[in-house]
Amino acid sequence: MRGFCPVYGKEMYRIFASPIFYVVAFIFLALAGYFFYSAVAYYSLLSFQAGRNPFLGQQLNLGEMVLEPFFGSIGIVLLLMVPLITMRLFAEEKKTGTVELLLTYPISDRGAVLGKFTAALSVVALILTGTLPAMVVLSAFTTPPWATIFSGYLGLVLMSSAFVSLGVLASSLTQNQIVAAAITFGALLLLWIIGWAQTLAGQEVGSVFVYLSLLSHFESFTKGVLDSRDILYYGLFVTIFLFATLRVLESRHWRA
Amino acid sequence: MSELIEVNQLTKLYGPLPALRDVSFRVERGEIVGFLGPNGAGKTTTLRILTCFIPPTSGFARIAGLDCQEHPLEVRAKVGYLPENVSLYPDMTVQRFLAFAASAKGVARSRRSQEVERVVERCSIKEVQSRIIGHLSKGYRQRLGIAQALINDPPILILDEPTIGLDPAQIVEIRTLIQELAGERTIILSSHILPEVSQICQRILVINRGQIVATDTPANLTSQLRRTLQVSLQIEGPDAEIREELAAVEGVLRVQPGDGPASYLVETDRHGDLRPELARRVVGRGWQLRELRTREVSLEEIFMELVTEEGAREEMK
Repeated sequence: MRGFCPVYGKEMYRIFASPIFYVVAFIFLALAGYFFYSAVAYYSLLSFQAGRNPFLGQQLNLGEMVLEPFFGSIGIVLLLMVPLITMRLFAEEKKTGTVELLLTYPISDRGAVLGKFTAALSVVALILTGTLPAMVVLSAFTTPPWATIFSGYLGLVLMSSAFVSLGVLASSLTQNQIVAAAITFGALLLLWIIGWAQTLAGQEVGSVFVYLSLLSHFESFTKGVLDSRDILYYGLFVTIFLFATLRVLESRHWRA
Repeated sequence: MSELIEVNQLTKLYGPLPALRDVSFRVERGEIVGFLGPNGAGKTTTLRILTCFIPPTSGFARIAGLDCQEHPLEVRAKVGYLPENVSLYPDMTVQRFLAFAASAKGVARSRRSQEVERVVERCSIKEVQSRIIGHLSKGYRQRLGIAQALINDPPILILDEPTIGLDPAQIVEIRTLIQELAGERTIILSSHILPEVSQICQRILVINRGQIVATDTPANLTSQLRRTLQVSLQIEGPDAEIREELAAVEGVLRVQPGDGPASYLVETDRHGDLRPELARRVVGRGWQLRELRTREVSLEEIFMELVTEEGAREEMK
């Protein structure tokens, strides 16, 4: 793992030195703010109506009506934004030739891959913390279910790590950042919606699709359910894609 | 063990295309070796194998007794490398970048800023140390490239085309820098420009089409490869007769027209000096001998000869 710290530090510096981070963070937070506002506004509208209709009052649930849609929408925005953060990690170094410098330093491939992965993940996590004030706002008006909020954010971080690992792999495959972003986005979207094919496929195949889907494992987190299977799924996802990235980097040793 | 770098029967194939074929050489401790060859001859490939960036198809490269493929991290720690085209991170400042290089090369945190300061002063880039690399001029960037190679004081420096794209004044600067860096260090540098290599290096390896064509000191290379001696004459007299007379001298291989009017270029074999004989003949016939001198073959010509000869032989196969 030699080289993790220097690569991590360098990547963090470069991410903050580029405008991509600021643009992505701005757009992400603006969209997240909008989604939060609309969910809360809808919830409060229903609350007013519930004042006249006690039966409706029993149906109102902050977790189900605000937090779940909020985390769900943030997940989709992440799907669009993470490829923009990860696309440069290896592609740019290959394009400009700095990869030759990096890989002739006494740094292990593993250190380089993990350093880049962790840096990108830290940045995504940092952007996510920008949405925490929304939860503070919520706590000013009601007692929010903190456990659900915690599990939702844990789900977001785990899912982001899956997104980033796929992004790192895509970036190592090409010299072109746009291609890397397109591959990442396409693959993530496919894995996101693959569960929808359940009804078309047979029951066995369908359940495999659901298990593969990024979305179905994320949904339980937004409901406040911590399932070890979901955590394991994201762990495996990250391991597989980082392992594949390592193999791609190593391929320079046997590819002509 | 006195030799520091040992390259043995290195072959590298890019698909079916051989980039290197059976390249073997040794570099002793403290030597400055120039790697000379036209573009695409395999210089960069060899240097990349030495820095463990790519592996050879067959053969091996050892640095200080360590195989580049089996101990890449140890080998890389001993080598300071300036890649071709010096691609550095354009959005980092000089100091940041050098600090990154220092940490990547395993310099202890407490010694890092000291180490950065040392190479900054060594390569005289102090005045730009807080600027962004992307805004540096080519000359500064090249020096920064050498500075990062010097971090952690590696015993071996590998510089791929260190002076390419620089103006003459900058070339002189870099050349003096490299010469100052020599001494204890072993330096391998590559170039396709001859005078440069002959001025810096103690030994030249000429490589062409993936094979080492010649290895020697610049001086020996010149004398050894000078198979023919050229004598330039300026004679006033009847052209055809002069040619005939000159060609009749024993040992003369060829008579060619020279650079100016009434001048001739006589190629002789290397045994003995034919100048007195030529002079006697010309004066004996009553022609005016205006000039008589031997012509030094420049390194460039030797280089061209080596490279084209090799090419011609190749085509004959």
